[in-house]
Amino acid sequence: MRFAFHRFWAVVLKEFIQMKRDRMTFGMMAGIPLLQLTLFGFAINADPKRLPTAVVAGDQGPFTRSFIAAMRHTEYFAFTREFPTQAEAARALELGDAQFVVNIPEDFSRRLLRGEQPSILVEADATDPSATGPAIAALQNIAQNALDRDLTGPLEKLRAGRAPIRLQVHARYNPENITQYNVVPGLMGVVLTMTMIIITALAITRERERGTMENLLATPARPLEVMTGKILPYILVGYVQLTLILLAARFIFDVPMVGSLALVYAVALLFIASNLAVGITFSTLARNQLQAVQMAFFFFLPSILLSGFMFPFRGMPEWAQWVGSCLPLTHFLRIVRGILLKGNGLTEIAPKLWPILLFMTLAMTLALKRYRQTLD
Amino acid sequence: MDSADPDHVIDVVGLTKRFGDRTVVNGIDLRVKRGEIFGFLGPNGSGKTTFIRMLCGLLTPESGTGSCLGYDVLRRQREIREHVGYMTQKFSFYEDLSIRENLDFIARLYAVPNRRVAVDATIDRLGFTGRSQQLAGQLSGGWKQRLALAACLIHSPQLLLLDEPTAGVDPKARREFWDHIHQLAAEGLTVLITTHYMDEAERCHRIAYIAYGSLLAQGTVEDVVAGARLTTWEVSGPGLPALAEEIRKAKGVEQVVPFGNTMHVTGRNEAELESAIVPWRGGVAHRWARVPSRLEDVFISLMGQGRDNFK
Repeated sequence: MRFAFHRFWAVVLKEFIQMKRDRMTFGMMAGIPLLQLTLFGFAINADPKRLPTAVVAGDQGPFTRSFIAAMRHTEYFAFTREFPTQAEAARALELGDAQFVVNIPEDFSRRLLRGEQPSILVEADATDPSATGPAIAALQNIAQNALDRDLTGPLEKLRAGRAPIRLQVHARYNPENITQYNVVPGLMGVVLTMTMIIITALAITRERERGTMENLLATPARPLEVMTGKILPYILVGYVQLTLILLAARFIFDVPMVGSLALVYAVALLFIASNLAVGITFSTLARNQLQAVQMAFFFFLPSILLSGFMFPFRGMPEWAQWVGSCLPLTHFLRIVRGILLKGNGLTEIAPKLWPILLFMTLAMTLALKRYRQTLD
Repeated sequence: MDSADPDHVIDVVGLTKRFGDRTVVNGIDLRVKRGEIFGFLGPNGSGKTTFIRMLCGLLTPESGTGSCLGYDVLRRQREIREHVGYMTQKFSFYEDLSIRENLDFIARLYAVPNRRVAVDATIDRLGFTGRSQQLAGQLSGGWKQRLALAACLIHSPQLLLLDEPTAGVDPKARREFWDHIHQLAAEGLTVLITTHYMDEAERCHRIAYIAYGSLLAQGTVEDVVAGARLTTWEVSGPGLPALAEEIRKAKGVEQVVPFGNTMHVTGRNEAELESAIVPWRGGVAHRWARVPSRLEDVFISLMGQGRDNFK
């Protein structure tokens, strides 16, 4: 039979009508490119600037001020805190409050004037090498030129030849700047987000699509029983995935594991539960399995891009950081990296737990509420 | 139990459900006695399924009061579900679970005592012995229906709500199904069943007709037929299609329905109908006879009335 335009056209029209009827897919068609454009176009910045930096100023003299000013001038460093002792500053680094700590020794000015080339120690939280890399590169120039305007007249000889000060950079937690150290623990969160949300989103939508949901609702089973009953098997699946990635991290990528693995498993429970709750919420909104998968991707995309997994969190504009802070993956990544690479214990990660807890509670409540209205 | 009247398993007044601004069930009053098989009839989309869903607590009525199994339909939905077996229109058990796994799942949900024994007994009674590991999705329509009914009965409910249970089932399986239902009713189970088949309606103790969300008639089949006050004439002879064309236009004629070699002419007003057929009655070609109206004629007539009221 020859190709008939009217038959072809009938199919085209039918497809458009169906497309129009399926509002969700229609919305996604517009939503996903817009989302990607916003994320890639505006939010992602591989050259993060204004990183929070703490100072331990043993010397408050004009040379110190000039050096700090020069650092600030590079725009890579934003001086947020000043600590009296190095121990306290190191603590801020451990908690992730500061990305850098600059230690100016007490006898800095005296030794500078004597031409003894005093050293300044810059400690960097190098768990994510891509976040600290450009800033560290910029530091090298500063050692040479920061004090040019101070060292004039009789002091000019101090900057002839070698640099007047010596800069020591300690890349803490990941001294060799190995990207895998950062990526592999992060992958744990990403894989869990992806599979947990998609699997649960499908699990309930499938029941609705096949009509088994009506049957289930007509039995005495309570919404919470159904929901938790559906969640539990997937929590186990999540733990299997977690274990696989940890094994790979240890034996294939040689990622150091300084902290407690038990703590990683405990925190993972909250994180897995949060994602499952999101999946269930989606499944109550989706009318078919395809929509459920689409919605899962709609959540997954910002999670992977704005959480600090792919790109340094501090390289994003403020609004993107704000969105990122709402996502459980962002906090889970920090906690897992903190435990594995920095040896964080419960006291260090406790302040980062509440956002996940809050998210989980909200998602669960919403999921339960939506599930209750399944038929009404 | 909340209710003081133990005779009525279903006793609701003014049950109403709206979806948005569409009233799907409009103030239905219904009383069903224990051990009764009550047929629920009406066109597609008339609100039958919605009414059943309200009875078993899947949907909350907008207004109305009443009880089901003695429990308040608005507040005690959970207790109602414990004692109701609800068979949905579409097969709604897990196609990727075996027969035994499906029955076991339902038995667990209802906390059936001696679960293993109950499941085994159900499998034997159904004739599934030896193939209980077969996936439910591989069963034919009739067997799926048997499985669904058995699953609804596994927790020994007091009320069975069946939503078009025999759609797409062959006549033999249908007859067996109805025999089973009558046997259960004799044992004291109350059954509310929706159907489109007139022969099934006639197997019910009482029936109700619902259209556009309103209950238009109820009672025994004889009551409903008598209450409609229809007059029906049967005509046989040559050229019936042409005659149908003509007679349809006459005042007082509401339905003209061919039945094989005969044709039924029905109307609500006896006198008008008789005068309408006079021009053809005198002829020798056709034989005319007064026949009792059929249930189907009554329903088609009620449906017309219902639509008029709905507008």
